[in-house]
Amino acid sequence: MSGDHDHDHDHSEMSEVAARVRALETVLTEKGYIDPAAVDAVVETYETKIGPRNGARVVARAWSDAAYRERLRADATAAIAELGYSGRGGEHMVAVENAPGRHNLVVCTLCSCYPWPVLGLPPVWYKSPPYRSRAVLDPRGVLREFGLELPADTQIRVWDSTAETRFIVIPERPEGTDGWSEDRLAELVTRDSMIGVALARAPAGATP
Amino acid sequence: MNGGQDLGGMMGFGPIAPEADEPVFHAEWEKRALAVTVAAGACGLWTIDGGRFARESLPPAQYLGKSYYDIWITALAKLVVQHGLASEAELQAGRALTPAREVRRTIRGDEVAAVLARGFPYARPATAPARFAVGDAVLTRVMNPQTHTRLPRYARGKRGIVEAVRGFHVFPDTAAHGLGETPQWLYAVRFTGAELWGEDADPSLSVSIEAFEPYLVAAA
Repeated sequence: MSGDHDHDHDHSEMSEVAARVRALETVLTEKGYIDPAAVDAVVETYETKIGPRNGARVVARAWSDAAYRERLRADATAAIAELGYSGRGGEHMVAVENAPGRHNLVVCTLCSCYPWPVLGLPPVWYKSPPYRSRAVLDPRGVLREFGLELPADTQIRVWDSTAETRFIVIPERPEGTDGWSEDRLAELVTRDSMIGVALARAPAGATP
Repeated sequence: MNGGQDLGGMMGFGPIAPEADEPVFHAEWEKRALAVTVAAGACGLWTIDGGRFARESLPPAQYLGKSYYDIWITALAKLVVQHGLASEAELQAGRALTPAREVRRTIRGDEVAAVLARGFPYARPATAPARFAVGDAVLTRVMNPQTHTRLPRYARGKRGIVEAVRGFHVFPDTAAHGLGETPQWLYAVRFTGAELWGEDADPSLSVSIEAFEPYLVAAA
């Protein structure tokens, strides 16, 4: 599981795994267990409709609206549903807030639990052994690989997603963004900052 | 079970190597692998925990050697045969050879959006009071079941503090094996880096797991 991808074989000759997938899909479809339209709809949902822009809206709202941030603390699932994001892989959401001297990092050491409604499907590295093995043991080493060096006295809090509780990190709001609209703020919120392997982007021209 | 999935604290896997501008899928078959897994799961023959057990009970060399969606599709093939949806011969042939069995339901294309948006909540009405409260010191059990569990090896036999009471949730350890939901209280339990990894651990580190009540005993 080294993150190898099947770029080469998917189009010309069918790779061995692609053939297995096709055989399984064909048999399940012929026997009436799955509806090809449902399979297409699932693909379309996660390829085009659900992704980290959803989570960025949540963060931008939390930065802008103190009452919303309180609701997010009290019941993140409900607060996130206010913005229209809910469902599979995010049934029980918890928002964890970064603050000066405190940094949160999310991992699933046992599989690939990830907050689908707000971040979409996880990137390959999140599901792969290098990250899953080391995030709980050596998070500073992990963060360094993402180009993030935190002060030595910053407390690092790692959340291992071992149940159906799913986490979104609320990064610190960057300096120099006073008075910004939520749309503009959301542009600073990357997927990685909501996993905890990065900070939110600094505004263009600012020194981080 | 102590399978290839239980990775916390292992070493030697190399750099994380995040991919810039990574696409959601890297090949057509990955899309189908994900979506067929979701659609087949909707037949209601196994739980999300049963699906995880099918993946983690692949031999570790296979689990660690495969790409993630290959793990999924390999596990799905196993589930499909175990639950009598199709035979090995049919998967080899790539076509149906026998009549279908009955399933609880199937998901139609026009139902997908609503079903995904609703999700599958795992909280249940509590039938017993929570044994632990925020701030309580607890010890995780030492246990090595052959069956599914969500207590990772690195956090067994460790002393931690209850940081949150999450609610009363479906218990994966039974739900994975057709033994019912048997819901339990679920807690966030926080450990110091030193408790988990020894005195050389990063002093600024703490780690929490989501721990079901049967994983915990009161600490002195």
